[in-house]
Amino acid sequence: MAIDTTTDLQHTVEDAAAHLYVWSLKDIPQDLRDALSAAREKETSVPGKRVLETIHKNINIADSEKNLVCQDTGIAVYHVRVGEHFPLHPARIYEGLRDGTARATIEHPLRSNAVHTITRENTGPNIGHRLPIVHWEFIDDWDGLDVKCVPKGSGSENMSFLKMCVPADGVKGIKQFVLESIVGAGGKPCPPGIVGVGIGGSADYAMYLAKEAIMRPIGTRNSDPLVAQLEDELFGLLNETGIGPMGLGGDVTVLQCHIEHADTHMTLNPVAVNYQCWAARRASAHISPTGDIDYDREF
Amino acid sequence: MANHSVTFPVTDPQEILKLRAGDEVTVQGHIIGIRDRTQIRIFDQGVEPPMDLGGAFLLHTAPNVRKVAEGKYEKICIGTTTSARMVRFTEPLGRQYGVRAICGKGGFPDEAVEPMHELGMVYFAIVGGAAALETTQIEEIEEVAWEELMPECLWKFRVKDFGPLTVGIDAHGNSLYRDVQTRAKAKLEELFARL
Repeated sequence: MAIDTTTDLQHTVEDAAAHLYVWSLKDIPQDLRDALSAAREKETSVPGKRVLETIHKNINIADSEKNLVCQDTGIAVYHVRVGEHFPLHPARIYEGLRDGTARATIEHPLRSNAVHTITRENTGPNIGHRLPIVHWEFIDDWDGLDVKCVPKGSGSENMSFLKMCVPADGVKGIKQFVLESIVGAGGKPCPPGIVGVGIGGSADYAMYLAKEAIMRPIGTRNSDPLVAQLEDELFGLLNETGIGPMGLGGDVTVLQCHIEHADTHMTLNPVAVNYQCWAARRASAHISPTGDIDYDREF
Repeated sequence: MANHSVTFPVTDPQEILKLRAGDEVTVQGHIIGIRDRTQIRIFDQGVEPPMDLGGAFLLHTAPNVRKVAEGKYEKICIGTTTSARMVRFTEPLGRQYGVRAICGKGGFPDEAVEPMHELGMVYFAIVGGAAALETTQIEEIEEVAWEELMPECLWKFRVKDFGPLTVGIDAHGNSLYRDVQTRAKAKLEELFARL
């Protein structure tokens, strides 16, 4: 009986992953649509307006043709919250996510992007060694499972930056590095998008936090008021750089700046930047311990 | 900033010379899809491309397609990738093969400006990620070569009203990207002073 429950729940996770991957690629979230509409209202440069009009048209066509918003099906990244009483082990949850990713890729079909990092040969339907990537969170005293799929395109992922600032650089050093990074990236990461910043922790953890930051709904604020204040300030400063939509110059360079932080060593001050393009795809599901899937529960 | 419609491949160099950085362009005719591995094969491995690139419009792409028969593919979703990775191929594409236009997203760095000026080429900026729209403007995948590089093959697409594109770099030595960077770097100094 226990074996059956495990198998059934693993299939449920697989079904959810397969649905979320395709859904996220076709139907972008409402908060993103609103942010892009606001950008279209605000932009005054001629090439910038042209870009934002085209984006608007593209989203409508993806809706009506039920096509992918962007051809880059990305690497599948999942953020998973596992309740301590959820009756399926994370090893099996991972297997479900991996099989769901592969199934969606084959059945749709979707472009398979995964390659071996040395040979560059394709490793199969968007899965491979350590792919997909999962961010795990474990929740006390809960029996549910939340899964968020964030396909991450390479154009924006290639615009990732890390700097080990020193404590004496302070918050000013953090701000300077984020600004320099976004100016240097120019049009390559498909602006206007979400700038994810990770601060503190260690080098690898700062980058991990930067990725968590881009996965949040647009405009949400860090619960620490000091960090939230930095989010507001950087958001304003980034939009003064004039990089504009697709780097062609304009008023709207970023849709938001999100920051995640961790406490760090007294001699460390790491800053990581992870960019999410304007097509900031994201879709979530909640899975109950009995295997019911609710696709209307964003987290 | 003027609006133009240009049919590719072009035979008259004037069709390219009339375009100025910032202009809006819509493209008709045939365009060729190309990507990292395709160009690595041509230039680093010295394999002649089995398609005529004279006067061509090249699109930086690796499409989502469905195979329907031997050598025949149907479009699913066709979009455009980041150009900057492939900038070093600009000069040989123009000089050896007579390519006249390269289209991608995110722009080319400054090293492309001089070869494009000298050889009479332009860089068209497309909206990255706007693949659903782009797919509707591609009427048919007419030819494919080097299928073993899937999806980074050489593709020939027939297009109708492909765009709107923005001339990012023109054949007169102007680059919107260089202008934006110059202004942004000056602005950064001002912002840093305020921090």
